[in-house]
Amino acid sequence: MREIKILSPTAILGYGFPEESFAKGLAKKPDAIAVDAGSTDPGPYYLGAGISFTDKEAVKRDLKIMIKAGKEHNIPVLVGTAGGSGANSHLDWTVEIVREIAAETGLILQTVVIQAELAKAEVEEKFNQGKLKPLAPAEELTKDQLSDTTNIVAQMGVEPIIKALEEEPDLILAGRAYDPVVFAAPAIKAGLPAGLALHMGKILECASIAADPGSGSDCMFGTLRDDHFILEPLNNKRRCTVTSVAAHTLYEKADPYHLHGPGGVINLTNSAFEELDERRVKVSGSKFVADEIYTLKLEGARRVGYRTISIAGTRDAIMIDQIDEIIDEVRKMVNDNFTELNDDSYQLLFRIYGKDGVMGALEPVQEVTSHELGIIIEVVADTQQLANTICSFARSSMLHYGYPGRVATAGNLAFPYSPSDFKAGEVYEFSLHHLLEVDDPVAYFPMQIVNIGAKRSDD
Amino acid sequence: MASIREYVDVIRSKNAGPYAITFDLIFKDEAAYRKVKEADLINKKMITKLYGIKAEDVISVIDFKPAHAIKFTIRRPLSAGAVGERDVYGAQQHAPLLTLEL
Repeated sequence: MREIKILSPTAILGYGFPEESFAKGLAKKPDAIAVDAGSTDPGPYYLGAGISFTDKEAVKRDLKIMIKAGKEHNIPVLVGTAGGSGANSHLDWTVEIVREIAAETGLILQTVVIQAELAKAEVEEKFNQGKLKPLAPAEELTKDQLSDTTNIVAQMGVEPIIKALEEEPDLILAGRAYDPVVFAAPAIKAGLPAGLALHMGKILECASIAADPGSGSDCMFGTLRDDHFILEPLNNKRRCTVTSVAAHTLYEKADPYHLHGPGGVINLTNSAFEELDERRVKVSGSKFVADEIYTLKLEGARRVGYRTISIAGTRDAIMIDQIDEIIDEVRKMVNDNFTELNDDSYQLLFRIYGKDGVMGALEPVQEVTSHELGIIIEVVADTQQLANTICSFARSSMLHYGYPGRVATAGNLAFPYSPSDFKAGEVYEFSLHHLLEVDDPVAYFPMQIVNIGAKRSDD
Repeated sequence: MASIREYVDVIRSKNAGPYAITFDLIFKDEAAYRKVKEADLINKKMITKLYGIKAEDVISVIDFKPAHAIKFTIRRPLSAGAVGERDVYGAQQHAPLLTLEL
């Protein structure tokens, strides 16, 4: 029977894993070690600014253990969505970490680096030709929004990873990739069914989150055969149950039966989950249904300004009773003081914790019952300087505003910090969440083979 | 009247991509799942009322029997991390569901 075994150390590269669990996985002789290094969950900033949301030292710790094990056992290490968002700057950041690991270990690593960033001019051309379609519920974007978009990536499917595996590298560093593909590629390359391989990848990419108790910082092992796969958490404290695995299938997705990805859909309508023993679950019946036309999902974020915030609180019942009116009045004072500014050059926001700070428009509770309120005064403006200025003025206005019935005339706000205002820098919003039809699933993902750690020819 | 909390192992919300939030109710067992199904507790009307949103912003309500679960997905008022948005991971929007009664 054909069989491919994959070791998934951690849910996100840099989230860590116990070395004992990892060693147990290695003892089972995996065919590859694979890890997902990214997500859009931390928000648009990281893609837009080209910065990782994971910590460099934490990523290096995880990757070093994986790379040393891969070399020792002569199996490839695959990293998907390198650097958190998978644009070129994120890839470069990861390559730099690998260089440090190579220098520290003396290893020479044959590495395939797969880019996933698209040139903006090319995306603008596709946009002008009407070839970009928003992926609902994302909305249509404007030409200006596209033009403000800094980094544009496409989620690669399994095909570029398979092509990279043909080079028999020690390491594959992929830019933005559909989460399951680095786990599924070795199996699909070996001729095993794509539906099961991708479904297994969908679970392995979260490592032990699908176990009970779940953890994003512990290892999971997957064994794929012709008609099923088996999941086993590598820490004896955890087990996979039908409930834990099925429940994970719901996680973070709108429709648990149809998982759309590059080039097709993983159909779980006929998936069966079965407990093999105390700790292992067997899954069968998952199918991959290829789309007639291959589409790639593009992601991008655009810069919308610069942010400054001020954090404060109030404990005064007279003030709390009138908080909405006080905010309106402070807005007016800011408006009146900066009449020469364009209305769209800044946005002033008040976040009131204890009222609707967490849920805003979705909050069903309308009455404030708290004895104190947390207040964040926030300004997003065209420049950092303007954000600082407006935030400072709004803060001082709110501090000293003489609202009706006030008895505490020394100041309306308690500030926990000095300085009271924080410059939060660039602000991004997601702009691209669009599908692009392509003829060739590999063409948008140029790859480069580099020997990291080897002496350079020009040395 | 019994609180929904007596019937569930999990009530959670989370991003399903940057433009949608998905809510999972995973029931303790088959019996609890069936009871909630029979009471038709989780439906589009309840969701629009609880969250103050329009029917067209409820993207789907889906039963997932393998996990004795019901999940629904709504359009985010603002995309994750947009200016004025409040919950980047969408992980704290489940709370009103804790008040449901059967």
